[in-house]
Amino acid sequence: MLKKSFLPLSAIIGLLTAWETTSRLFDIPSWILPAPVAIFQEAIQSWDNYRHHLLSTISLTISGLVIGITIGIAIAIMLHLMPRVREAVYPLLIMSQNIPIIVLAPLLVIWFGFGILPKLLIIILVCFFPITVAMVDGLRQTSPELVHYMKMAGASKKQIFTKLELPHAIPQMFSGLKISATYSVMGAVISEWLGAQNGIGVYMTLASSSFRTDRVFVAIFFIMLLCMLLFAVILLLEKYLLKWRPSQEESS
Amino acid sequence: MSKLVLEQIEKGFDEQLILADLSFGVNDGEFVSLLGPSGSGKSTIFHLIGGLYQPDQGTIYLNGQDIVGKKGSISYMPQTPALLPWRTILDNVMLGAELAHQPDRNQAIHMLRRAGLAEYSNRYPHELSGGMKQRAAFVRSLLSPQPFICLDEPFSALDEFTRLEMQKWLLSIWEEERPSVLFVTHNIEEAIFLSDRIIVLGSKPAQVIKEFDITFNRPRTEDLTLTNEFLAIKKEIFQTLRGVLDD
Repeated sequence: MLKKSFLPLSAIIGLLTAWETTSRLFDIPSWILPAPVAIFQEAIQSWDNYRHHLLSTISLTISGLVIGITIGIAIAIMLHLMPRVREAVYPLLIMSQNIPIIVLAPLLVIWFGFGILPKLLIIILVCFFPITVAMVDGLRQTSPELVHYMKMAGASKKQIFTKLELPHAIPQMFSGLKISATYSVMGAVISEWLGAQNGIGVYMTLASSSFRTDRVFVAIFFIMLLCMLLFAVILLLEKYLLKWRPSQEESS
Repeated sequence: MSKLVLEQIEKGFDEQLILADLSFGVNDGEFVSLLGPSGSGKSTIFHLIGGLYQPDQGTIYLNGQDIVGKKGSISYMPQTPALLPWRTILDNVMLGAELAHQPDRNQAIHMLRRAGLAEYSNRYPHELSGGMKQRAAFVRSLLSPQPFICLDEPFSALDEFTRLEMQKWLLSIWEEERPSVLFVTHNIEEAIFLSDRIIVLGSKPAQVIKEFDITFNRPRTEDLTLTNEFLAIKKEIFQTLRGVLDD
């Protein structure tokens, strides 16, 4: 574990050091590019100023993500159980993802106002798709050998679904979940740009319009941290639920 | 009691006849092998008995009851172990019984112990060797509530040594439990070693060419395969099969 994280860690430290030294050496104005130490100081000093923004974004992200995951799984199961509906709707689903979220967001505000609903909708829209696509594939790619055995053994359609197809799709679902988790934070920040009282998105807009570039970087840092934390939670959950899978060393 | 009878079964796909006027039976407690060249429609026979396909003509009876198109009438062991990778061996061997809503954990543990898999009952399939997986798959079919067992070339994917071990192991379990078994194989020696009766199938379309009664005493040991009687019957079956292939 330590050995594995050594290379990426030293890369990050190297990057930060290069950044700090060049900032000092060339005397770059802090409104263009603040040095890492200055950003760090700002993060500590104004903690009380942005704490409520952070909490608001976290709760928005998590609610949106949870609803998005639920809807994503539900749609996947529905499409799998109704192949004709899948044929009809699947292309539509893919087309819906070609609409840039940044274009869709103002529309949602026009329709639903500035409350929490349009913000949640944006997060749900970016979250459900990766899960649905991954899970539909997982459900469809169930090994034919196993399906054959289940049929010969007299399994009903319901039993084939609950005992075979659903557990088979779980690993795929997790690949979708990882993508959704990272998207969800982005979705939350974009939704906050459109008009909100609180949130990292708001804090970021205020900071950039007053040329407080250091605060923009603080916001960026917390967005990254939130993404990574969500990712880690999903990794842990995956490890716990999929402990039956051969580890990488065994399978190679 | 479990007795299987196939009566004048005919089945074709896309105008090609796979099975024509196929009739045979398996008596209660009997071990019958279907022996035939590959492509002789052996799998189709299992699909018909398993209820996945409907025959174009003919009927299949299990204990006098028509089971055409009825899924889950027999207990089945496929060519590949087909164990669910996310279930432990114990949960896997209970699957057949679970589908009929009557899993019996204690009996499963007992059978796993007899199969020499006791220490592996909480392991996952990927941690077991090919032979052990097949043993688990056989235990699963023994624990299934259906008394009639169909085995579809269960050892064909194993290496020669493991296969012999598995045949001896299968015999030892079978000789104690005596379920009715229909065994499909393309290995002559395996068929003679295990069976009470061998049905040689011709190909395209499959029909019964000849039946051989194998009357060697049980329990059988490995030495049997080297006796003159064994070799004589092997030769006879081989010549029958060659006749099939030459046609």
